Amino acid sequence: MSNIFMIMFAAILTENFIFSRFYGCCPFLGVSDKPSTALGMGMAVTFVMTLSSAATWAVYNYLLVPFGLEYLKTIAFILLIATLVQFIEMFLRKFIPALYGALGIYLPLITTNCAVLGAALVNIEEGYSFIESVVFGFSAALGFTLAIVVFAGVRERLNFADPPKAFRGFPILLISASLAAMAFSGFSGMKF
Amino acid sequence: MKKSIPTLFKEGILTNNPVFVQLLGMCPTLATTTSVMNALGMGAAVIVVLAFSNLFISLLRKIIPGEVRIASYIVIISGFVTAVELIIKAYFPAIDAALGLFIPLIVVNCIILARAEAFASKNGPLPSFIDGIATGIGFTLALVCIAAVRELLGTGMLFAASDGTGGVPVFGDWFSPATIFLLPSGAFLTLGFLIACVQKIRNTAEERAQNKAIEMDAIDGGYHATLMRDPESGKIIRRTSYRAPEPVTDGEAPDAELLEDPEIPAAPAENDAKGAE
Repeated sequence: MSNIFMIMFAAILTENFIFSRFYGCCPFLGVSDKPSTALGMGMAVTFVMTLSSAATWAVYNYLLVPFGLEYLKTIAFILLIATLVQFIEMFLRKFIPALYGALGIYLPLITTNCAVLGAALVNIEEGYSFIESVVFGFSAALGFTLAIVVFAGVRERLNFADPPKAFRGFPILLISASLAAMAFSGFSGMKF
Repeated sequence: MKKSIPTLFKEGILTNNPVFVQLLGMCPTLATTTSVMNALGMGAAVIVVLAFSNLFISLLRKIIPGEVRIASYIVIISGFVTAVELIIKAYFPAIDAALGLFIPLIVVNCIILARAEAFASKNGPLPSFIDGIATGIGFTLALVCIAAVRELLGTGMLFAASDGTGGVPVFGDWFSPATIFLLPSGAFLTLGFLIACVQKIRNTAEERAQNKAIEMDAIDGGYHATLMRDPESGKIIRRTSYRAPEPVTDGEAPDAELLEDPEIPAAPAENDAKGAE
């Protein structure tokens, strides 16, 4: 039980996916312009990442390992994630239209989000059990959501700032991200 | 629309650099630039994957049906990524240890999918292969620039091996390394300042081109000059805003000959929109 708590704590704060491991920086810099959009993206990622952690763990341990095909894990995982995202999209559209309305537009972007594939690969690398993998996927996604929602708030304020012309747009965004990352590195002293 | 080989290299490395201009592939750019050697390792892996996946996608471009093309591209790309991953694991274990999961994550690197979609699916095998190499070199150079700044300020050395040994000391003993440049926040900071430098250079070049076009219009007596001419001194005012000058129509039909003047530069792309990839 304490192990599970440690995995959660590390995944959300000390080894935050964006500010410490750099997984999922593209949606972080692209989508996080409004807190509501960022929250939608974060929820969609949480949904997909929890399910994909479970699915990739099962495929790796019950399909790839018995046949000695561990080296195919990258291909297998990316295909599995692409299929899963497509399937989730169809399922939500048919059965939970309200949730589809909220998350639908973010789902196609998630296939090429390196956070999802990254979480699946970290689970294998660390040798997590099934429960630990699902917890890791879920809490890493929570950490991702926390980062993009917090940063979307910062970004809204940036719209009113007047930086020098060369810094407008992307550079000032990266420098603000640098300050946010500094705040998250404060947690790294709390490693167990 | 055939492009010559030098043009492909110029676009891939300078004018259309994947990191500094197109702002793609931020995850590996931020994560693997703690030392120049790591950056070179990552860059080499990306060059190989990009060149060969471009080549094969271009060869198969008439066979792959349009609806499943993205999935097909991902399978082709991940095949090459797996090959590169196994080679690096076998022959360069130090680089493998330093880059960690970022080698398999090349699969979801936006640069590779973007080149496949924008270039390889529309061009022949040879130009696609060369475009892959050129874009890969552009990516590698960008990575090395960032890594050089971070390694130099973070350790005071350059070209240390991936396990942290054998660097060439650049500064003397008086230099106390700023470790923050090796941390994640240093990665964001360095990239932010380098992209600002690139934007400054591009802005200056665009301004110069615009001023040139304005002066030529003024000589022609075209009505662009009225937008730019100071009513009191009669001198041409330097225009410093982002947008290209728009022709004033005043209800009349615009002078077609002037609008087609090749000297008027196209409107500069909106920089903010590019981060949305």
